[in-house]
Amino acid sequence: MSAADIRDSYDVAIIGAGPAGLSAATSTANAGLSTVLFDEQAGLGGQIYRAITETPVTNKSVLGTNYWRGAELVAAFRSSGAQYVPGATVWSLTREREIGVSLRGGSQLVSARRVIICTGALERPFPIPGWTLPGVMTAGAAQILLKSSGLLPAGRTVLAGCGPLLWLIAWQYLNAGAKIAAILDTTPGENRLRALPHCVPFLFSGYFRDGLKLLRAVKREVRVIPGVTSLRATGDERVRSVAYQSGNRAEASMPVDNLLLHQGVAPNVNLAMSVGIEHRWSAEQLCWVPVLDAHGSSAVDGIAIAGDGAGIAGAAAAEWRGRLAAMAAARALGRGVAKSEETRAQRELAGCLRGRAFLDALYRPAKAFRQPSGETIVCRCEETTARQITHAVALGCPGPNQMKIFHRCGMGPCQGRLCGLTVTELIAESRGVPPQEVGYYRLRPPVKPITVGEVAALPKTDAAVYAVTRM
Amino acid sequence: MFQRWQPEAASPTVTLVIDGKPVTARDGDTVAAAMFAAGLHHCRTTPVSGAPRAPYCMMGVCFDCLVTVDGIGNRQGCLVRVRDGMQVELQLGKRELGR
Amino acid sequence: MICRILMETPTVQKRDLDVAVIGGGLMGSAIAWGLAKVGQRVAVLDEGDLAFRASRGNFALVWVQSKGLGLAPYSAWTMRSSNAWTGFADTLKEETGIDVCFQRPGGFNLCLSERELENRRSLLQRIQEQPGQQRFDFEMHDHARVKQAIPQIGPEVAGASYSRYDGHCNSPRLFRALNTAMQQRGVAYLPEHRVDRIEYVAREFRLFTARGEICAPKIVLAAGLDNVRLGPMVGLDVPVRPQRGQLIVTERTAPFFNYVVQTVRQTDEGGLMFGDSQEEAGADPRVTSPVIAVLANRAVRMFPQVASLNIVRTWAALRVMTKDGFPIYEQSESCPGAFCASCHSGVTLAAAHALFLAPCIADGDLPAAQFQPFSSRRFDVPALAA
Repeated sequence: MSAADIRDSYDVAIIGAGPAGLSAATSTANAGLSTVLFDEQAGLGGQIYRAITETPVTNKSVLGTNYWRGAELVAAFRSSGAQYVPGATVWSLTREREIGVSLRGGSQLVSARRVIICTGALERPFPIPGWTLPGVMTAGAAQILLKSSGLLPAGRTVLAGCGPLLWLIAWQYLNAGAKIAAILDTTPGENRLRALPHCVPFLFSGYFRDGLKLLRAVKREVRVIPGVTSLRATGDERVRSVAYQSGNRAEASMPVDNLLLHQGVAPNVNLAMSVGIEHRWSAEQLCWVPVLDAHGSSAVDGIAIAGDGAGIAGAAAAEWRGRLAAMAAARALGRGVAKSEETRAQRELAGCLRGRAFLDALYRPAKAFRQPSGETIVCRCEETTARQITHAVALGCPGPNQMKIFHRCGMGPCQGRLCGLTVTELIAESRGVPPQEVGYYRLRPPVKPITVGEVAALPKTDAAVYAVTRM
Repeated sequence: MFQRWQPEAASPTVTLVIDGKPVTARDGDTVAAAMFAAGLHHCRTTPVSGAPRAPYCMMGVCFDCLVTVDGIGNRQGCLVRVRDGMQVELQLGKRELGR
Repeated sequence: MICRILMETPTVQKRDLDVAVIGGGLMGSAIAWGLAKVGQRVAVLDEGDLAFRASRGNFALVWVQSKGLGLAPYSAWTMRSSNAWTGFADTLKEETGIDVCFQRPGGFNLCLSERELENRRSLLQRIQEQPGQQRFDFEMHDHARVKQAIPQIGPEVAGASYSRYDGHCNSPRLFRALNTAMQQRGVAYLPEHRVDRIEYVAREFRLFTARGEICAPKIVLAAGLDNVRLGPMVGLDVPVRPQRGQLIVTERTAPFFNYVVQTVRQTDEGGLMFGDSQEEAGADPRVTSPVIAVLANRAVRMFPQVASLNIVRTWAALRVMTKDGFPIYEQSESCPGAFCASCHSGVTLAAAHALFLAPCIADGDLPAAQFQPFSSRRFDVPALAA
């Protein structure tokens, strides 16, 4: 695939090849709309179905049947006739639906009549002391190493945090024969009470059945320390041990070679926010969620969001959101959509959402792990600490954009993806106001770094030349 | 510290050079995965404080996996696929002009 | 904790304040610090996190060579500020420990064609030859001479103008230093205090905000584009309009040249900045692809090796642009004690604002000899035939 193969315009452009993107692209292509699917990775599947077309872990019992659903989605996509562009980084999107895409060192602008953003989620930041040490990574990162390269951790491996992914990866590791020294479970004890009102739909959902099986299998084999209220990774040029407290006991510590952290995922908002799609703070999920209608359409004409980027709801829900967004796009472009199909999709989506409220409540991460203090690094790129942030608030800094000027947090290449939530929450806590009022970084293109040379080759207008040269 | 699940998971192979030493990786590995498999603990030092860092997210959002690939600095190792003969160097501090 | 209390507590008693400064950007902060330095009791009323904030989008230049065609006093004011900048930066460092990295290595304006070069020479010459100009030297260099100073320039660079009076600083750190220094000197900083209305009663100003009222016998309108709205409330005419500027910032790069180029600079942290555009885009602070492309293109033609560097962010900000581009400093006649200060070179002039303008405001008078050229009355005079 070269730049020459990408057309100037399409009916539908879809960004992100996870379950939402695959489903949406399959639907719009099957509806006869010219469809392009851009994805940054080299293979289809997004993150949850990472490496589905080429994983060396071919024994299906290791990764589990839920993972292999991805193969079905890929097969349907491949026979739909949609154009697939791997290795394509989408770095800008305008309100007029012009997409800036970088492929093999060269950028071009592509127009679409409809755009569906399916850029999914990323792991919540987990700012504990020492989280930047080599040897510390997200549980998701470790899972990607397993899926895409068949790599298992060697040495002493400890998982820490809370949420379904932690148990899933522990289970997958056990299936593959890896040793896990311990799971430091940070699920707050009081969450059980908080989750109780939501338990009935959960009990009737697939999550309960799958989850229970997983949990039991892992707890049989792995030492689990519950009620962990503090974590500290220590070491020199890499992590050597993790210290923790649970209950009222004094701090204990254990040696570690690989410390895998996870406390849930949050929408990857950068592209959507950069085009001006309004987001609201969700107190349940502790992250920014876009304002969308029932089909995923935003207030920006022709731009929709599907998948976890529309709100964390898992892979199955992502498929149905993708299909609903595709239906809305098809209808907007004059293709008929059977009402029965749509009703079915909405029903299926509702079914997938059943039980999520329970999971959200049960695994809501503790404040101590979202709002660090002291010298703990908040912005990994610029190495801004929690102390610098709270001190700036005391000086009157009201929000994340002023905070950027004060202490450079959010100015690095990750563009706030790993610090934004922490910064918003720290400022909100220090000021005593809700995160909604504090706001988030103002995001602009490029939402992923691209080279000066690539941008220099993009189209220029006479007006733009005049604006710069006054000639 | 990482090891292959099964020897079959390590092939077909590709040979690249990391930090001056030849390394065998699996065709399809990213540079970041190949570095982990080869036993490297860190891939860069930060341009802010010189602290050592290793890949953190493996999905292209953390930018801790930066390495120099074939003479070009600040490449995301988790997004670059290994190739025979590829030259990978640790990204020590700031990018250099022309590299 | 003091600030949190102030944010929530409605009224700062009038007897506590000598001056209320409206606007907490580089202009307002420099003035507030300067006022506090001469013993005034000051409050700064600022907006929230997402305001236009021209100060965020600056290029951090402390620039002299091409300023002031049409108003010789502006060239002199600029030079005066530039000469005072070293002392200004040193004082801020002493008071706060924050180093704003002011450097004055001399500055180039690189020209990418003979026509650009000739236009540049002509502009700088006309500045030096205008009536009342305090002359200073500048040099025009051909390609070979520029290359001696900056070996990395590309073949398309036809030449450059050079002035040894030009420099730059770390502007985010400047902002933090001013904010810290002013509060250390007792200035009350009140964010989220947008002024809705001003009343002038019994020689006192009442500033109405959603969080309560502030009273003071003197006020300074340093609210950037909002001065248009606030000015008439106190008998001041501040005709400013937004002028958009966009710029590019790259990843941190090892230092490779010692000078400043008017449109390419390297910060002390290593990032390269490429600027800038001047666009009449109304109040639209978005970046646009064609302008960014032009900025990147010119940067690559000036320094070919930057082509492979990664852009990590772009900025757009709205300059506070007066009709002729020169500042407005004025005291209201109908409401004496109300001052306004508007400019689009808040970094270059920060020293002058803190060290020369603020003490005059403290005295309650802007001496005509210095400040009359900057009065908004100049816009009333019909333009004379050239």
